[in-house]
Amino acid sequence: MPRTGVFVCWCGINIAKTVDVEGVAAASRSLPGVVHAETYKYFCSEPGQNLIKEAIWEKRLDRVVIATCSPSMHQATFREAAQAAGLNPYLVQIANIREQCSWVHSNREEATGKAVALVTAMVAKVRRDEPLQAFTLPVNRRVLVIGGGIAGMQAALDIADAGYPVVLVEREPNLGGRMAQLSETFPTLDCASCILTPKTAEVARHPLIELLAYSEVREVSGYVGAFTATIARKPAYVDWDKCIGCMLCQEKCPRKTPSDFQRGMGPGKAIGVNFPQAVPNRPVIHREHCTYFQTGKCQVCARICPVDAVDFNQAETTQEKQVGAIVVATGYEVVAPDQFGEYGYGKYPDVIDSLAFERLNSSSGPTDGVIRRPSDGAVPKEVVFIQCAGSRDPDKGKPYCSKICCMYTAKHAMLYRHKVPDGQAYIFYMDIRAGGKRYEEFVQRAVENDGALYLRGRVARVYPEDGRLVVKGVDTLSGQNVEVFADLVVLATAAVPSGGAPGLAQALKVGTDEHGFFNEAHPKLRPVETLTRGIFLAGSALAPKDISESVAQASGAAAKVLALFSREELLADPLVATVNESHCSGCFWCRPTCPYQAIEEKALRDRQVATVNAGLCQGCGACAAACRNGAMKLRGFTDEQLLAEVNALCL
Amino acid sequence: MSLTWEPKIVGFACQWCTYAGADLAGTSRLQYPATVRPIRVPCSGRVNPAFVLRAFQRGADGVLVAGCHPGDCHYTTGNLFTRRRYSLVKRFLEYLGMEPERFRVEWISAAEGKRFAQVVQEMTADLKQLGPNWKMRETT
Repeated sequence: MPRTGVFVCWCGINIAKTVDVEGVAAASRSLPGVVHAETYKYFCSEPGQNLIKEAIWEKRLDRVVIATCSPSMHQATFREAAQAAGLNPYLVQIANIREQCSWVHSNREEATGKAVALVTAMVAKVRRDEPLQAFTLPVNRRVLVIGGGIAGMQAALDIADAGYPVVLVEREPNLGGRMAQLSETFPTLDCASCILTPKTAEVARHPLIELLAYSEVREVSGYVGAFTATIARKPAYVDWDKCIGCMLCQEKCPRKTPSDFQRGMGPGKAIGVNFPQAVPNRPVIHREHCTYFQTGKCQVCARICPVDAVDFNQAETTQEKQVGAIVVATGYEVVAPDQFGEYGYGKYPDVIDSLAFERLNSSSGPTDGVIRRPSDGAVPKEVVFIQCAGSRDPDKGKPYCSKICCMYTAKHAMLYRHKVPDGQAYIFYMDIRAGGKRYEEFVQRAVENDGALYLRGRVARVYPEDGRLVVKGVDTLSGQNVEVFADLVVLATAAVPSGGAPGLAQALKVGTDEHGFFNEAHPKLRPVETLTRGIFLAGSALAPKDISESVAQASGAAAKVLALFSREELLADPLVATVNESHCSGCFWCRPTCPYQAIEEKALRDRQVATVNAGLCQGCGACAAACRNGAMKLRGFTDEQLLAEVNALCL
Repeated sequence: MSLTWEPKIVGFACQWCTYAGADLAGTSRLQYPATVRPIRVPCSGRVNPAFVLRAFQRGADGVLVAGCHPGDCHYTTGNLFTRRRYSLVKRFLEYLGMEPERFRVEWISAAEGKRFAQVVQEMTADLKQLGPNWKMRETT
């Protein structure tokens, strides 16, 4: 028979007011195995913890039940105290008589009766507890960063600078992500390339960063400290090791195509890089645009290449990387605005989205930084910006605020005025959300210095008239319908998760919200962690974010990775499932219930049985409920323990 | 049966959602009858139907299995098994002749302290109407 001690806390008057704590202690003295029971005002305090420790020594207790607040409050405190007194911490159980008893009941007799029942159940449970040791997992101190935008690069650099190797995977042929497409950044108006390209260069030459561009993560298995990622390298049809980056191929390629990077405003080629400062500075052949792949004739690039790097037979290759942690920084895209028929996107060439306006502003863009409208190349004299195109629109678009649009639209209005001093910018908006350091001042500058005209209201229709566009909307401040003649209409379209995010979320077994953004472990207190240990998040993969927030979060994710890497071994919770092999019939009904693929097959002499990979197991117990033979046992929540609790509570 | 008879409810509560929701009911000082005896489990998917039957056999007047809302499971899919498993168990109990009010499966999130209190109130009122569980209780 174990020697159990019961400690009933008063919690000042929080418990003692409603529950007769002395009565609970007295009742527990007659429970089987209980050799000691006492009460105290605050067991969580230092003298309270000392009382527990002394009782463990003096009464030679080998089990402890503390009737007190919720285990989420002080279970860890009491387990540490017990451990300090030489007792295995997993031989301590909490009976929650505050949150789930004294605070929710007012009848003293009933509350005391319930408290006795809860203590009885815990005494029955703790009797069946075994001493457990947290087990150790070795940590592979190399990290996989998925996404080479500003967030991914920042995380990669922070971790590599701390001395740990990084595998950085980027889906596109070059680093930079969305930021590479931007012209200037708010609220400083410094050019995006000028602050981005030093970072891309630093990533490329860092000895501890292995850059896998034009690659995608296909599969991830394993667990914290020991993940295996399968990474596919898409065929570039150019041998990047041979290539010297002269870009003669791009120059000579006869096939002109609309470039996705330039938001369809050209000029792209079937072979080449997205922009001149691309890192790595290596071209890819876009198979769908290439004349050779379409007709079997051409091969101009192959003939012109001085180092014979073009290889039309290149195929996808995959490789496996072993890493200890993963940072997901897959960023965002903008929603295709053609679903908003009233704005005429896709129908009228002079209705563009704001990423296209960034390209028009960019000196590496299709117009070399001169703002010209797509239809006829004329410099627009009046430009209408429409904010919340698809954001804050639960009916047709996304219900959330895309967060960055108010600021970049103010920036667009300013940049436009700087380039076209006699031009006029009109901005239709719902609200201006300019929270952030020097953000509100920035918007005010657009209004006061650069004459941006803000109209509060929605746009109902955009239609062409005499070679211009008519924007019909309402100004809700004056209550008037307004019509603006515009040469160019720019839609601030909603930000949505990157196209690769759903597949990646599935491979990582990490949750997303209803819009496909990755879910953090806790929205306030654990904003860069996921619920899967060892997988972290940064940047717009979680929700739309501006550059400074993405960078801050990336450094936060890097700090979490470094904390993980600060030890050679990790301590893992021992409350995992184990198999009683002599009872296991090898039916594997448990297997489909496991969300972590932790159940593996093990060959005995005469049959196959289930075995649990303790590194993968998260201790949910789904397998234990599915097991028909009772062979699967979840430590800390065994059938015997839970049935003992049931029995005790039904007394 | 005395006039002051109070039913006894065994409540299995997943530690991430419902148990935390019940804690929230406490920190919000919501009052509900002292009829429910919670058992903390890691996930509602851990609750073996044998536990439910044992509770009824030992004289519980009602049993509640409660976890995260489908789609919100801490372990991604645990409560989906709960949902399927207990739609069968519920029919089985009714087949045995148990009144359907005696067994409930509820989705109560960590934010729904109010919902937890409300479920206990509803169940207590229903069970008071029904009276004690004589059907499955073991005679001692």
